[in-house]
Amino acid sequence: MSNETLIPSPRTITTEPRRSDKVFRGIVTGGGLSSLVVLGLIAVFLAFRGFEVLREEGLGFITGADWSVTLDESANVVESNFGLSAMLVGTILCSIVAVVIAVPISVFSALYLNFYAPGWLKKILVAVIDMMAAFPSILFGIWGFLVLMPSVEYWGKIINRYLGWIPIFEVEPYFFSRSPFVAGVVLAIMIIPIITSVSREIFAQAPLDRIQAAFALGATRWAMIKAVVIPHGRSGVVGGAMLGLGRAMGETVAVYTVLNIVFQINWHILLGAGGNVASLIILKFGEAGEYEIKALMAAGLILFLLTLAVNAVANVIVKSTGKSGR
Amino acid sequence: MSTTQPSSLASVANARIGRTQASSATGTGLEARGVHAWFGKNHVLADINLEFAAGSVTALIGPSGCGKSTFIRTMNRMHEFIPGAAMAGQVLLDGKDVYAPGVDVTKIRLQIGMVFQKPNPFPSMTIGENVLSGLKLAQIKVENKDELLESCLVRAGLWNEVKDRLGAHGGSLSGGQQQRLCIARALAVSPQVLLMDEPCSALDPGSTLRIEETIRELSDSMTIIIVTHNMQQAARVSDYTAFFLSDGGPGEMIEVARTSEIFSQPKDQRTENYVTGRFG
Repeated sequence: MSNETLIPSPRTITTEPRRSDKVFRGIVTGGGLSSLVVLGLIAVFLAFRGFEVLREEGLGFITGADWSVTLDESANVVESNFGLSAMLVGTILCSIVAVVIAVPISVFSALYLNFYAPGWLKKILVAVIDMMAAFPSILFGIWGFLVLMPSVEYWGKIINRYLGWIPIFEVEPYFFSRSPFVAGVVLAIMIIPIITSVSREIFAQAPLDRIQAAFALGATRWAMIKAVVIPHGRSGVVGGAMLGLGRAMGETVAVYTVLNIVFQINWHILLGAGGNVASLIILKFGEAGEYEIKALMAAGLILFLLTLAVNAVANVIVKSTGKSGR
Repeated sequence: MSTTQPSSLASVANARIGRTQASSATGTGLEARGVHAWFGKNHVLADINLEFAAGSVTALIGPSGCGKSTFIRTMNRMHEFIPGAAMAGQVLLDGKDVYAPGVDVTKIRLQIGMVFQKPNPFPSMTIGENVLSGLKLAQIKVENKDELLESCLVRAGLWNEVKDRLGAHGGSLSGGQQQRLCIARALAVSPQVLLMDEPCSALDPGSTLRIEETIRELSDSMTIIIVTHNMQQAARVSDYTAFFLSDGGPGEMIEVARTSEIFSQPKDQRTENYVTGRFG
């Protein structure tokens, strides 16, 4: 007997869902895909509106720093220059400052809330932090401008005095107001809630049996956290930080209020000159002519792609660090 | 009839008495005095008085929900981690109350080690790191780590199986090996007392036998308290057996005696009913 007669080919297994299931599946699929459709439509819209400018400016749109429109007496465009590099550098700078400040604060808040805070205080703090996330960003901006800036400037000067030899902390000319550093601090406060709540949730999922194992071996609370909770939560914290970074890069009003927008690439975070793509759009949108609007749409597209890239990188990081701790 | 014959369990237990080596366990052992436990308003354990002589192996038996696990968790103060948990009474280690004010609870847990029902190695650590994790967690300095690592794994009966892959992750071992890894981990901080909460309930018979051998070897140097649902196991490994029971109210300790007596001539009718398999 040959083997062919013994081994049957696999059967096709089909299931026919009932009608109620089909209807529900349709509703859920629609809901699930709608966000993708909206996102796609926005990207298409931005690309369509910005295409002309992108073709005109070419790579200079990303590498150039100048953003200017020259009009003649009858308000016709004589010459225009659109370059986004200063704004892109500023966006990245402010966001990184924000994440560097916000992540440690958020992680310690989350650890405190999960492992140290008494129950009643935890409830209050969680409510307050969640409320912070829903706070209008213009209020953060105004508060940052009026209240936070003087003290952040003070700290900026101290950093400059002691760490000024590191290129990014140089300040020349000596001008500290409305710097990317100040904007970054304001952004940090705005993204702390999201990073805290993501971290809190991942820390709360640390497996109880391993927590008990650590305590049963004579671990202090902090030793247990280092051995069990942090390895478990590391990838989640990275994910939360990236969510925060995305929010910081897209933030408009608060940065617009605080930052001194200058069309010149500036890597010195303490110097009072910076940029931010989203703020550029709000700054120019009101008085922009038809062609400049298109340039702003192109800028929006670039910001959109940058955010997408950051999220993609975040996904890779989360996946590669996720395995070891679980 | 599938009930276990008391006479056969007694003979298993009698064979156990014949151990020759005197225990080298230090200290005067562990004692529970009038221990009660609550979860919130639920009174789960009432007035437990038990003495565990240094170097003895005591099995705690009884139906599920009678408070055996809760009882051993009061011994090393793991009970208090559960929200709403409370206790009364005293637990004396070498005559000193482990619940006394000012006692460093992490030191207590170093002296009274614990092995859990489900193997719980640290997945982010290697096999070697797992064994020595207690030292790191409690910030203990040791002269010769390699020697300690080997001796703990040998005593836990795992050395031959893992000596060539100490750098592999703890999660790559089988369930029985993981449990022996957890025993080795508990040994590394050299506790006086080892609490074992149904250490074999998730394991196959082969692994169970290996762990029972380990328990017998360990009893030469430490006091062991083991919770088990397996009467054969209680008879095989323990010197003393305590029978716990709850009749709807808080769990109580019905009887404690030499293991051979519990299985041959228990004083209480309820104990006899349980060990002969008439209920539970």
